Amino acid sequence: MTLFTDEALERYSRHIILEDIGIEGQEKIFNASVLIIGAGGLGSPIALYLAAAGVGRIGIVDGDVVDLSNLQRQVIHTTADIGTPKVVSAKQKMLAINPSIQVDDYHTMLSAENIESIIAPYDFIIDGTDNFAAKFLINDACVLLSKPYSHGGILRFAGQTMTIYPGQSACYACAFNAPPPPGLVPTCSSAGILGAVAGMLGTIQAAEALKYFTGVGSLLTDTLLRFDAKTMAFQRAKFKKNPRCRVCADPQKISLTDYEQPLCELKNHA
Amino acid sequence: MKLIINGEEKTFTQEKINISDLLTIESVDQPDMVSIQLNEEFLRKPDYATTWLKEGDVVDFLYFMGGGQ
Ligand SMILES: [Zn+2]
Repeated sequence: MTLFTDEALERYSRHIILEDIGIEGQEKIFNASVLIIGAGGLGSPIALYLAAAGVGRIGIVDGDVVDLSNLQRQVIHTTADIGTPKVVSAKQKMLAINPSIQVDDYHTMLSAENIESIIAPYDFIIDGTDNFAAKFLINDACVLLSKPYSHGGILRFAGQTMTIYPGQSACYACAFNAPPPPGLVPTCSSAGILGAVAGMLGTIQAAEALKYFTGVGSLLTDTLLRFDAKTMAFQRAKFKKNPRCRVCADPQKISLTDYEQPLCELKNHA
Repeated sequence: MKLIINGEEKTFTQEKINISDLLTIESVDQPDMVSIQLNEEFLRKPDYATTWLKEGDVVDFLYFMGGGQ
C-alpha cells in the first residue's frame, strides 16, 4: 500500500516505472530532505530537478539578489526576478513545479556561526557555492555533523564533483587540504563560465542526491569526477581517505572557523 | 620512462624525474592550484623535490576548481 495519491502516482510515474526506484524508491525520495547551498549556477538546476523529483523537504541558502549577469546560467531565475533575493525567486519556481514539497529559504550568507544550525535538519547537503572559503567550511561542518554531501566546482569549460560520506569515504580536505592562496584564485566572476557547464555539473550533483536516498548504483565516493566540455572528456580520479587529513582524521577536533576570502569575492558578496 | 599522468600514458626521455621536475615538464604554471597524488597517496609540497618517479608510476594532478555561482 502506498500513501501516494493518484495524482502523485502519475506525476512520478517515470520514476516509479524504473525497476531500481519503484514506489518504495519514490517514497524514500518524498521522505528525504536536502539542503542546497547557493542558488546560482549549480544551485539552479539542482533545485529544479530535486523539486521536480519530489524531494519532500528542500532547504536553499543564498545571501544574494538576482543580478542581470546571473541569467546567462542561473536558469531558475528570470529577467523579472532581477533585484529579488535568489532564495525567494528559487522557492517560487520550485513550488510552481511541485506544490506538494516543502521549501525552506535562508536569505543569508553561510558562516562558521550559522552553518551548524542550518545544515542540522537535513539528510543530504549539496555544495553549490562559488568560493573556497565556503567549500572548506561546508566540508568541515559536514564531517563534524556526519552529513553526506556533494561537492561541486566549475571553471570556464570544466567541472568536477565528488560525494563525501563522512566516516566512510575521503573528504574534500583529504584531496585538497586547504584553500589555495587567495591571490591565485580564479572564480566565475573573474574567470568566466560557460552557462551549460553549470547545468552539466549541477545535474550530476542532483542525481547523486537521488541515488543516495534510493540506494541505486554507486556514489562518487573516493572519486573525483571531472570533465572538460571543450573535448567532452570525462575522467575519474580515485583516491582514498587520507590518514593525515587535517579535517577527517580526527573529526572530534574540528572547530568551525571562517576561512579567509579573497577581497574581490568579499566585495561581490557583501 | 613511462608514467601514467591523469589516466594517460606518457613517455619521458629524462633519466631521473622528481615531482618538481614533472610540474615544470608538464607546464603547470600555478603549482599552488594543484594537489598531487602518486600511486593513490597524496604528496606534501615539501616532498616534491625529493620524490623520484619510477617506471609505471601513476601520477594524478587534481586542480582546484572553486566556482559554482
Ligand atoms: Zn579528509
